[in-house]
Amino acid sequence: MSENKNSAEEHYKGSLKIVGVILFIWAFISYGCAIIFRDWMDANMPSIGNAPFGFWMAQQGSIIGFVLLLLAYTFFMNKLDEKHGFGEED
Amino acid sequence: MSQDIWNFIFIGITFGIYIGIALWAKAGSTKEYYTAGGGVSALANGMATGADWMSAATFISMAGIVAASGYDASRFLMGWTGGFVLLTTLMVPYLRKFGKATVPDFIGDRFYSKTARLVAVFCAIFICMTYIMGQMRGVGIVFSRLFNIEIATGVIIGGSIVFFYAGLGGMKGITYTQVAQYCVMVFAYTIPVIFISLALTGNVIPQMGLIGDFTKGGEAVPLLQKMNDLSVELGVTKYTDGSLSTTDMFCITAALMAGTAGLPHVIVRFFTVKSVKAVRKSACWTLFFIAIIYLTAPALGLFARTNLVDELNNKSYTEAPSWFKNWEDQGMIAWVDKNNDGIIQYGKGKAFAGKPIMDGEKRGEQGQRIVKNEVTSDPNEVYYDRDIIVLANPEMAGLPKWLIALVMAGCVAAALSTAAGLLLVLSTSISHDLMKKIIKPDITDKQEMAYARMASFGALVIASYFGINPPSSFVAKTVAFAFGLAASSFFPTLLMGIFSKRVNKEGAIVGMICGISFTFAYIVYFQFIAEHQNYLFGISPEGIGFVGMFINFIVTIVISSFTPAPPQEVQDMVEHIRIPSGAGEASH
Repeated sequence: MSENKNSAEEHYKGSLKIVGVILFIWAFISYGCAIIFRDWMDANMPSIGNAPFGFWMAQQGSIIGFVLLLLAYTFFMNKLDEKHGFGEED
Repeated sequence: MSQDIWNFIFIGITFGIYIGIALWAKAGSTKEYYTAGGGVSALANGMATGADWMSAATFISMAGIVAASGYDASRFLMGWTGGFVLLTTLMVPYLRKFGKATVPDFIGDRFYSKTARLVAVFCAIFICMTYIMGQMRGVGIVFSRLFNIEIATGVIIGGSIVFFYAGLGGMKGITYTQVAQYCVMVFAYTIPVIFISLALTGNVIPQMGLIGDFTKGGEAVPLLQKMNDLSVELGVTKYTDGSLSTTDMFCITAALMAGTAGLPHVIVRFFTVKSVKAVRKSACWTLFFIAIIYLTAPALGLFARTNLVDELNNKSYTEAPSWFKNWEDQGMIAWVDKNNDGIIQYGKGKAFAGKPIMDGEKRGEQGQRIVKNEVTSDPNEVYYDRDIIVLANPEMAGLPKWLIALVMAGCVAAALSTAAGLLLVLSTSISHDLMKKIIKPDITDKQEMAYARMASFGALVIASYFGINPPSSFVAKTVAFAFGLAASSFFPTLLMGIFSKRVNKEGAIVGMICGISFTFAYIVYFQFIAEHQNYLFGISPEGIGFVGMFINFIVTIVISSFTPAPPQEVQDMVEHIRIPSGAGEASH
């Protein structure tokens, strides 16, 4: 039982790390690139097609980023589940 | 064949499909009623959630908002998709593991209190009711335009259909109708845009067209550059620049994101899949399906604006394209010839105050309809209702009639699917959380379902009433505000309930009440009482949910730290929901 409890705690800590990294990137691509540092991004980053970088992030880039982030989240969480013996069939 | 016949055919076929599915999926038990039996595949749930999520407002209005405000509209694009990252990483896997069927159920159990459950029921009803009124209104408007009937009749037809498959089939009926509705919506939304993209930019992928060149009429120029130059010429803000302050933009985006993660009708959709692993997979599908439409909207917005300026500005009224005159007949477009030159001038400012009030069937010198509104001194002569962007775009692009009918069917699907999802939350909150868990604990499964059906009927009657008689512009605005209310009530409380073992019932109850009342009061004050724009820290009512969310967090944490910790079994439960395996089937 105590071993199971340990692995549950390890799993929880691991999942917090994954969620933390995902949410950091999530905040960076939306609030960061598209809102707060937008002017800087427009001026200093290469434009995407004909769109300034910050504008493109706001209208397309961040949404594509969100989809990729969820794929990454699912992949890493499933791996973590396996590692701690919580894996399941879906 | 005339447009009317095509409309009848498409609406008829789609309604036939929805009703057929409802009969096939009639719920026989509360388990099927609340969670569709629990075995929905991740892919099907992804589609259903997408349809549930995209309301009439998203489907009809979003591209119009992008067309009108360019960069500023990104707050909706990012807010409504980014929320799914929060929802997936912080909420649904844990709530699914908890294994109950409603959101107030989790709050009631986690905070071991009937009061907390009651507050949650109240918040759920409040959020869903404001939201569903807008949907009913949307259904009514689309029907009235389609078949030239009264809005009231349209609302009643839409309401009966929704009651038929949501009331009878419950979650099971809703799930599979929503899958069908998503398919209708995605084709209706993307096909016309592909043709417009081809016509304007020569690119078959609209998303590439947005960042590509404008090729119509020979010489290729960057499309965004062209739009920006036109905007400068017309004296309006550049398309790629915003006019909202950074603070406001930030707060609105954040409130929409947190609101998405706290909306009960979206959360409950994830209780229908088999395991926590399936929840994650399903969330990926959901966001993917939503992204298809959300990535198309900015392209459509830009194309429509370009078309509008390119085909109208400095053209004489007699040469104006036919869609302009068709929508003028509907009262959605109006032109006032301020300088009497017979030429349409489109530019800065408003053509006249408010929405057009047509002066009967009277026509001006050029054949334009006459409006009775007070004309402004701005140079702009054109009024257009933003909502026509999606509805009119097949016509603008000169597409066949059946495609226009498909778009109409898509609009109806968007409104009905969301209304059904909301109706389910309303009815289960009342039958399960209010009746079964608080008022009459000894009712049987069968009686509970009867209450659910009665509650959904009652809720629909009230929603239809407000759909027919909207309290002024209240409805349209409250749809956006429903997010602020969800962000300030459910989001922080669920989050702390999952990630903190220390937060207790006293904190959660007072926190929820403070958050939602602050947000509600601020919205009501600035929307209905105060005329002035002296917003707190420059945050508009749309974004105030973000501040309300912080108030909820702080109040909950402070009160929890002065009051006793939750009992051991609740702390064990919190630990239990953090382990993903062994979720079993959702019960109630």
